[in-house]
Amino acid sequence: MSYLEHTVKTTPNGVRKILFLNWPLIVLLVAVACIGFLMLYSVAGGNLSTWAEPQMKRFALGLGVMLFVAMVPIWFWRNVSLLGYLISLALLVAVALIGIEGKGAQRWLDIGFMRLQPSELVKITLVMILAAYYDWLPLSRVSRPVWVVIPVAIILVPVAMVLRQPDLGTSILLLAAGGVMMFVAGVHWAYFVSVILALSALIFAVFESRGTDWQLLENYQYRRIDTFLDPEIDPLGAGYHITQSKIALGSGGWTGRGFMQGTQSRLNFLPEKHTDFIFVTLAEEFGFIGAISILGLYALILVFCISAALANRDRYSSLLILGVAMTFFLFFAVNMAMVMGLMPVVGVPLPLVSYGGSAMLVLMVAFGLVQSAHIHKPR
Amino acid sequence: MRRPPRDNAASQRRVTRRGLVIGGLQVGIMGALALRMRHMQLDQADQFRLLADENRINIQLIPPTRGRIFDREGRVVAENVPSYRITMVREQAGDVDDIISRLARLVELDAGELEKARRELQELRGDTPVTVADRVTWDAISRVAANAPALPGVHPEVGLSRRYPLHEDYAHVVGYVGPVSDRDLERIDAPEQLLRLPRFQIGKIGLEARRENLLRGSAGTRRVEVNAAGRVMRELNRQEGEPGADLQITLDNELQSYVNARLAGESAAVVVLDCDSGDVLACASSPSYDPNLFVRGISVADYRALLDNPYRPLPNKAVQGIYPPGSTFKMVTALAALEAGAVTLDETVYCPGHMEISGRRFHCWKRAGHGNMNLHLSLRESCDVYYYDLAMRTGIENISAMAKRLGLGVQFDLPMTSVAQGLAPTRDWKLANRGEPWVIGDSANTAIGQGFVLASPLQLAVMTARLATSRSVTPRLIKSVNGVEQPTGHGEDLGLNENLLREIRRAMFAVSNSNRGTAYRSRIVEDAFRMAGKTGTSQVRNISSGERATGVVRNEALPREQRDHALFVDFAPFDAPKYAVAVVVEHGGGGSTAAAPIARDVTLQALYGEDPPLAAYPSVDRPRIKTQQEQLRKARPRPGRGESDRA
Repeated sequence: MSYLEHTVKTTPNGVRKILFLNWPLIVLLVAVACIGFLMLYSVAGGNLSTWAEPQMKRFALGLGVMLFVAMVPIWFWRNVSLLGYLISLALLVAVALIGIEGKGAQRWLDIGFMRLQPSELVKITLVMILAAYYDWLPLSRVSRPVWVVIPVAIILVPVAMVLRQPDLGTSILLLAAGGVMMFVAGVHWAYFVSVILALSALIFAVFESRGTDWQLLENYQYRRIDTFLDPEIDPLGAGYHITQSKIALGSGGWTGRGFMQGTQSRLNFLPEKHTDFIFVTLAEEFGFIGAISILGLYALILVFCISAALANRDRYSSLLILGVAMTFFLFFAVNMAMVMGLMPVVGVPLPLVSYGGSAMLVLMVAFGLVQSAHIHKPR
Repeated sequence: MRRPPRDNAASQRRVTRRGLVIGGLQVGIMGALALRMRHMQLDQADQFRLLADENRINIQLIPPTRGRIFDREGRVVAENVPSYRITMVREQAGDVDDIISRLARLVELDAGELEKARRELQELRGDTPVTVADRVTWDAISRVAANAPALPGVHPEVGLSRRYPLHEDYAHVVGYVGPVSDRDLERIDAPEQLLRLPRFQIGKIGLEARRENLLRGSAGTRRVEVNAAGRVMRELNRQEGEPGADLQITLDNELQSYVNARLAGESAAVVVLDCDSGDVLACASSPSYDPNLFVRGISVADYRALLDNPYRPLPNKAVQGIYPPGSTFKMVTALAALEAGAVTLDETVYCPGHMEISGRRFHCWKRAGHGNMNLHLSLRESCDVYYYDLAMRTGIENISAMAKRLGLGVQFDLPMTSVAQGLAPTRDWKLANRGEPWVIGDSANTAIGQGFVLASPLQLAVMTARLATSRSVTPRLIKSVNGVEQPTGHGEDLGLNENLLREIRRAMFAVSNSNRGTAYRSRIVEDAFRMAGKTGTSQVRNISSGERATGVVRNEALPREQRDHALFVDFAPFDAPKYAVAVVVEHGGGGSTAAAPIARDVTLQALYGEDPPLAAYPSVDRPRIKTQQEQLRKARPRPGRGESDRA
């Protein structure tokens, strides 16, 4: 019995598919989104229409899209993976040529009814194409150099284009998610170890060369790296935001300062309080309990995703789910580490909570794929 | 696509293994995040909370209301009145120029002020209120308020501003307040933060400056929450300050106003003391100026005019002006000689019109001489030779000591600016300050109030009060602080021989009431209010030897600044002294003609508490006095009309 025949025969069809959805995952997503609405309502100073209401509408739309994606069989999505990847590349090219600039970066495409951010789209299509590639590639060839170079190219092309926008955060996310996909797919350890060693050596060389006659970068580039790595050396510029962010987070204490009582966010000491720094508002107003709760919810989402991936005997499905889970993990981990001053500020939103349309929709599509893989898994 | 099941199973195992590795990595990272959160939110929470509060909480000062000043009857001397100004906030205004042109149609805007405001509006942060017009009228403010919808960002504001309703009358006593200057801040060590508030005013001169500590009060504070842009969001709490103490001074508004009006046109000073308490009832220096000009910030032209006026309006001549007392000093010499036993009441000295002292000829003012003079006659007719003789007998140390007992050469601690010490010279003083030994001629000059001896009108009034009461009356300026009565200057008995004092007083009575007295023309004819006085004429210049030979040039022929100062001291009523008065008219000529009439008018005004009846004056003076009274009534501010005057 062919694999396809097998799946067609045993998967649920029609309305019955709804019963086979991963419901705990949906409940968790809604819970996180609701926390997001609450925080958006709070940072708008108790105003629903500023941010919370548009966000609710987007989430509702996102849920619809997710269900739609979930209803479509996973093999369809596998078959359009390459197409999706090519389309997102084309959009990235388009954004470089005719994109709209904002905040010093060229990231958006105006497509009439909404502004599209192709760098968001590529997060999901990259995961899809890599999953499809390794699904197609016989296991015996996975670690052969030729077959390793191909996925590396698949990853690096969009990464380079996103980096040009410039959007460091998304580039890192894509790179990390792609790397993890390759790792999970079974590429030999030695590749990863050697890449990590090479990168370390390069970074070491760059820093070591500073002030010598074989200096690898210009002085101003070093200064940029300095402030990037340690914003506190520039307390009124880059350091101001991270300092205020840490003050807000730390002043939350055990139980926080109370809903809508966070002074740092309410009095505008916090930058980007409705997008990248919304976690800080949460931590300020609901304290350690609030912050650890949302971390717990994210962890549960990961647990459900990973267990769904491991329980799925379809290689494409499990790779895809792991890729989505990894992307999701990177989103919130990088965001939290960033606002806590553990890593430089790179501009990554908190998934499902930060205000923003493209990121939310892409995430919901990604979870739609997870649901589709879950519904249509081989039984 | 077909796939060998074995391959599939191997793939499944590898995915599972590596998936778990990744999962483990994720758990590790999340653990690290949770630990970091725990560290920041639990271990360092207090520290961050403090930083957050430092961010948001600003402490602002609330300036206290300055204490008011009232006269002895509780009538306002210095008060705080609402002052209106118009401010503008750029952020709210939008098009600044448009709003200003609209505002200009409603309110008269000063070009200079507007220029400054425009500059500030451009330079300062958008939410800073900038004063566009200061001290605008209530009408203008109401017009602005009524048109508020058309004037976004324009705010009428009200503050308190010092006002001196009696204008010139109290300029020298009370002084004025003004904005804190850099020089003020340098002068005060560790200045209060309050002084750095914009628009805060402190006493610059006079009572306002000397009792700044009482009048200022203490600042309150309010803690406000500000946002990242520094804008005040709300008030968290407020601690009220202490308003400044209200002071009641011993002066009487009506008398003070009268004295000021009476001195108009002269460069003169008058002090009126209450003989019983030492209360300064009037203290005037003419010409005066309007202290309100200084509160507002005086214009350069106005200030120049005050500085250039030859009559010197700025210094307070009544307490900081020092003059040779002239013949008003003769009571001191006489009393010193009598107390020392150097002369008896009946002893006579022959006055030929001059006296030779160590080869120099000392003249009496009366060239022809007075003939035989005893103490009574010498005071009444102000014979100089008699006092030259007394000086020889008594010695300068006795005279100087008596002068100090009577208040000359003593610095009284009155809360006014630059209260002068004057000078009662001694041998030691001359040696120390002039480097020359005392000569007998110096004693002769001192005896008639010339030479080194110097006294302020205040000191002369104190001397007169002490002569009149035999007590060491001390002047007092502050009657009460916040309703708490201050100690009076009643004074202990001076310990002088009362019989001798009585003779001195009788002689002073004769000065004013005997037809041979030097001030007979300026007498009071109302029996209950007879006054006793003494004229004085003090030389400003040295008389040259040429003049001595040819005769002294008449005063009227001299340029003003070389003419003699005219002085007069008196107390009244003679039987039960209530008031002591000292008058100095700078370069006024003779004490009997220039100073005595003023002293009489002021004394009568004090005695009656209002314009005295013409019957108190000798009949020849009455027509002149009548017109003078009418003129002065018009000239001085009448209380209770128009301006609210009572506290």
